[in-house]
Amino acid sequence: MRAQFVLSEIGVGLRRNLTMTFAVIVSVALSLALFGGSLLMREQVGTMKGYWYDKVNVSIYLCNKNDAETQPACARGAVTEDQKKQIRADLEKMPIVQDVQFETTDEAYKHYKEQFGKSPIASFLTPDQMQESFRVKLRDPAKYQVVSSAFAQRAGVQEVEDQRKTLEPLLNLLNGMNIAALGVMALMLVVALMLIVNTVRVSAFSRRRETGIMRLVGASSFYIQIPFIMEAAFAGLLGAGFACVLLVGGQYFLVNNWLVHQIDVIQFIGWDAVLAKLPLVLAIGLLMPALAAFVALWRYLKV
Amino acid sequence: MSGTLSPMGRVIGVNAGCPLRVHEWFGRVTHTDGRRTTRLRAATRSTRGALVIRFDNVSKSYPKQNRPALRDVSLEIDKGEFVFLVGSSGSGKSTFLRLLLREERATHGQVHVLGKDLARLSHWKVPHMRRQLGTVFQDFRLLPNKTVGQNVAFALEVIGKPRGEIRKAVPQVLELVGLGGKEERMPGELSGGEQQRVAIARAFVNRPLLLIADEPTGNLDPQTSVGIMKLLDRINRTGTTVIMATHDQQIVDQMRKRVIELEQGRLVRDQARGVYGYQH
Repeated sequence: MRAQFVLSEIGVGLRRNLTMTFAVIVSVALSLALFGGSLLMREQVGTMKGYWYDKVNVSIYLCNKNDAETQPACARGAVTEDQKKQIRADLEKMPIVQDVQFETTDEAYKHYKEQFGKSPIASFLTPDQMQESFRVKLRDPAKYQVVSSAFAQRAGVQEVEDQRKTLEPLLNLLNGMNIAALGVMALMLVVALMLIVNTVRVSAFSRRRETGIMRLVGASSFYIQIPFIMEAAFAGLLGAGFACVLLVGGQYFLVNNWLVHQIDVIQFIGWDAVLAKLPLVLAIGLLMPALAAFVALWRYLKV
Repeated sequence: MSGTLSPMGRVIGVNAGCPLRVHEWFGRVTHTDGRRTTRLRAATRSTRGALVIRFDNVSKSYPKQNRPALRDVSLEIDKGEFVFLVGSSGSGKSTFLRLLLREERATHGQVHVLGKDLARLSHWKVPHMRRQLGTVFQDFRLLPNKTVGQNVAFALEVIGKPRGEIRKAVPQVLELVGLGGKEERMPGELSGGEQQRVAIARAFVNRPLLLIADEPTGNLDPQTSVGIMKLLDRINRTGTTVIMATHDQQIVDQMRKRVIELEQGRLVRDQARGVYGYQH
């Protein structure tokens, strides 16, 4: 294998098809940026859901000793052991309740740290500021009212919260955006693949003299095909590089420099999440066009 | 052996310095009995050197065509032979050559080239087989954007030869074909004859055992053609088998080499030291 020869062939091929190569690079870049973006969005949704979101439906927050002044429901002080036992017993008697879990202040602190570890509030927090809570899973999540009405006014209970009520609209929006991004990505991907197939066809046609001679003098099919495949892979890699730039730029300008200042209750995904996606984006950008070129050669380059 | 040889020997004896009419007569005779002649030759040949080409009852039909391009062709060609392949357009010459290059596969029968049964040769081994063949065409098939030297070097580059070897082989083969010093010229600057010499250099640079020439003089004037034929003859004398399809009567008559004639896909004549044919 003479690398220099192959490299010069690739250079010639790319230059000859400059407009087509440019189109491939742009479409690959856009589709992979959308792909990476949708992966990150999914991760963002996961971050926002926190520890309990997918596991329970209703949370019953109990009074902490510090809540006495600030929360009217807790005016009578912290929840007592007897109250807790009574609540648990009552919960377990209800037919609609499937499962009850108790979260201690330490656990609450741990989960909070996991979710909001990097936010400024988290650093002031101590475990004894956290609330104890019952986390209840219902057989029918829609009947949240049954639990709510039974426990909301009880002594020692600060608040009964439908876990989904607060986050659901936002998450629905994000999921909708995610699906839209995936749809556009799929479309761009198809466009990119078709462009690659077409580029290979044009490239094979414009070099049919060379490939014809190569065949005659006994060049292996690998040797004949590799410039075409490398061309596509190179264009794809370039596109993937641009996609990475878009993702990093998006994180830097959109999230770190803007969204973080606009919305401070949400913890946004960090650089580690973005950087972890880049190798995958690059690998797909390299392999997918190469594969498309290989398939296209089957049709347009008889060896 | 001498008994079986005698009819042909006699004919060749008559041919040696004879007027055109005798050629015509000879052509007619073999035309009626082409296949037997072949078998005779095969019998005498097997005692000599290694076979380069062997066709065993080869037929080739293309899809959607009623008439087969080749019909039941059997012949053998030895190492070091020079063979003309003649016949009118559509007689099956191109198919014959395409079978040798394994651009096509025989529908029936077996094609052996350089000892290999091409039907059984696996797909990925075909390139290696082709490296032992050289091919020259009527239209030269040079790369217009490469210099003469690069054109020849291309044939070695694409089969992965080391650069040192290429640097040595290219000037050598250009010298051999009479283009010494023209390495840096572009094909467009050369005459047709010179371009064909470049093509021959490219075909020969890897020292093939078999050189296939498809009407190499078809685009050239008679005088230039003679030069090309001298070159092919010289290559033949290095031990390379040459098989050349041609319509050039003058060349065939002058060279007095073995002539194989195809007509409508059939082998109708196989003649040592033959001439172009009775129909002219």
